[in-house]
Amino acid sequence: MSLISSLKIFSPSSLNTTQNALSVVSSRANSWWSHVEMGPPDPILGVTEAFKRDTNPKKMNLGVGAYRDDNGKPFILPAVKMAEAEIAKKNMDKEYSPISGSPEFCKATINLALGEDNEWTKNGLNATVQGISGTGSLRIGTAFLSAFFPGGKDLYMPTPTWGNHVPLAKHAGLGVKQYRYYDPKTCGFDFHGALQDIAKIPERSMILLHACAHNPTGVDPKPEQWAEMSKVIKEKKLFPFFDMAYQGFASGDIDKDAAPVRMFLKDGHQIALSQSYAKNMGLYGERAGAFSLICSSKEEAAATMSQLKIIIRPMYSNPPVTGARIATEILTNPSLRSQWLKDVKGMADRIISMRQLLRSNLAKEGSSRDWAHITDQIGMFCFTGMTPPQVEKLTKDFSVYLTKDGRISVAGITSKNVEYLAHAIHQVTK
Amino acid sequence: KFASVESAPPIEVFALNKAYVEDTFPQKVNLGVGAYRTDEGKPWVLPVVRHMEQKLAADETLNKEYLPVLGYEPLASAATRMLLGSDSASLKEGRATGIQCLSGTGALRVGAEFLAHIGKHSIVYSSNPTWGNHSLVFLNAGFTSYRSYRYWDAAKKALDFDGLMEDLRNAPENSVIILHACAHNPTGVDPTQDQWRQIADLIEERRLFPFFDSAYQGFASGDLDRDAWAVRYFDSRGFEMVCAQSFAKNFGLYNERVGNLTFVAKDRSVIEPVRSQITLLVRANYSNPPNHGARIVGTVLNDPVLTEQWKSHIKTMADRIISMRLGLRERLEKLETPGTWNHITDQIGMFSFTGLGPLAVDKLIADHHIYLLKGGRINMCGLNTGNIDYVAKCIHEVVTTTQEASL
Repeated sequence: MSLISSLKIFSPSSLNTTQNALSVVSSRANSWWSHVEMGPPDPILGVTEAFKRDTNPKKMNLGVGAYRDDNGKPFILPAVKMAEAEIAKKNMDKEYSPISGSPEFCKATINLALGEDNEWTKNGLNATVQGISGTGSLRIGTAFLSAFFPGGKDLYMPTPTWGNHVPLAKHAGLGVKQYRYYDPKTCGFDFHGALQDIAKIPERSMILLHACAHNPTGVDPKPEQWAEMSKVIKEKKLFPFFDMAYQGFASGDIDKDAAPVRMFLKDGHQIALSQSYAKNMGLYGERAGAFSLICSSKEEAAATMSQLKIIIRPMYSNPPVTGARIATEILTNPSLRSQWLKDVKGMADRIISMRQLLRSNLAKEGSSRDWAHITDQIGMFCFTGMTPPQVEKLTKDFSVYLTKDGRISVAGITSKNVEYLAHAIHQVTK
Repeated sequence: KFASVESAPPIEVFALNKAYVEDTFPQKVNLGVGAYRTDEGKPWVLPVVRHMEQKLAADETLNKEYLPVLGYEPLASAATRMLLGSDSASLKEGRATGIQCLSGTGALRVGAEFLAHIGKHSIVYSSNPTWGNHSLVFLNAGFTSYRSYRYWDAAKKALDFDGLMEDLRNAPENSVIILHACAHNPTGVDPTQDQWRQIADLIEERRLFPFFDSAYQGFASGDLDRDAWAVRYFDSRGFEMVCAQSFAKNFGLYNERVGNLTFVAKDRSVIEPVRSQITLLVRANYSNPPNHGARIVGTVLNDPVLTEQWKSHIKTMADRIISMRLGLRERLEKLETPGTWNHITDQIGMFSFTGLGPLAVDKLIADHHIYLLKGGRINMCGLNTGNIDYVAKCIHEVVTTTQEASL
């Protein structure tokens, strides 16, 4: 108010401007939100934004992790189209889903992970709920563990891990710690480092494991390495929480990709498991996924289910059905299921062949570097081993967009641009 | 590892529905779960929704890619405009924004998380009674204290306005106040326009923060603008506020989880920072919202012809409910059932707080296979020309044979 008294106001127009300025000042001052700061920009989105602005016709977006076909276009799986047609014929209603999702969806989903005839589902030992794709399933799981896990509330994650694991776990009330995983020297798995760190984790802690196609590195343990890890994790009485976002999408074989999960169960672990249909069914935006806890008895599973529902209801009451209905239709209809297995193998095969082409083209370019990791790694992503300055040059000089850590989304490579990419990478790394 | 996990108590409305489903009595009536039913007692997928689904299925340009974190923008902006009205000053001045959420519950949760984590609010009030899920949504979102303000006057079967005002007057500054925008759940009793004005005065005076829960816009009176009066009044008064919007009932899209969180600020400069903070919250919860329902609602709301079709569907639903209210009241008064029954037609929306006590409710369920919530809430949609005589008769029966607290 002293501001007003110190002003000499003469003309109506200056009065108006002054009043407007004052009202802006006072509206910010009266606002509940004037203290709110801009959040940090999303690094991956930032890559896409910059890519969109680039006018170079040869530009490539190797940032975002969504599958693209050999023309660089989003891919709707034939099995999905067929499932949608079947569902449309049924004229289903829009009534609320159960809080935990449809029982059919949950059963089909856990059986996909554990095998159709697995003893755990048969004996009613699983508590399975639909979640909002992988993220939502992780969120339900971390919320449950935060409330009910009887041991330490730290979740141990591999270094590096998916960017969203850390904020998600913290938001759920868990602490976050690390174990070694990626070896930048080899662009491979730091097996001994991982074992050493896992052995040091306090007993009765939780450990997060990427079941297959590790994000962001593409580096997976070999089966015998998984067996070793299972042994140490059991000895140390750690609780394994598997994040399986790429079953089928990694090797093209759903059983092979789920092997670590099944191995751990056979070894006697009780596990938590998050599954996503975003990539392996291309259902990204429809948000279909599930969270499961494998319990030691039917009663435990029932009690767990009731608590999971109590967590879900205050989040969003009950889940969206469209994606889940498509997944259910595919998994329970034999001809759709076999179509889907073909589709997912097709996607995995294309990615594997792009890896092979990139590696062979780099050799053709005359690169003397060892690029074996490009084909050793698996899944959507490849940790190229390029340094931030090299990444910057790749983007600036060649309009190839990727994240600073040197991660490329192999799905963004096509038979038409792989040579250009190899040439560009060679230029910045020679 | 989880042997110590105890079974949680069943959630009342779902347990009730389960009991109804398992009941083999041929004349059973479900007055529990809050979903619209036709006069044949069937769920109703709105014709404009079916039409949209066919259109979307045939559209080769569409795909299943991720939506942005804050949702499908055509839906969010249309939903915000539908709520505030295109004349809204805050909309025109760029001070209002919308964020697609997982139906009404999801919008409440995102709004509550924002208010708790970023706004640093810790106390929330809702009406007594209120929707059963309000308290846990806010407590799980980070609020530390959940309190009630008086609302339902059981003796008068009306709004306890004096109690409401007294409780709000005593609320600490910065408290978040949950207000049902229209068609109060579970009572069906809404404040009058004059009462809303007084509530607004008090909220302003006591520096409380209004959080509207709008689950029934259009569905209550049949008129979108009329049902948004309270929210628009607050908006015209220049309040900062949030409003959770659901499209479950008014679009019949219950299981597609389509909702919107409208955020109104005093100054447009806070909108971007607020959106960026909400982005972080959403990312840590579910990354991005579902696509299918958003495309249906977003397309309809942005197409004048489809919007008109949709409005006629809403009117159909609202009119049927109103006729059931009239029908039930008429029958009870004709039967000379003890007590007064004008509250059934004074109330609005899907629900009616009948005023029936717990003993009467138990009898209705056990003896007559009529399912309703313990507090006496009935879903008017469960009534139809086929069962309204039976229901009236049974209410008459239990009221005349039950001794309990005043009706």
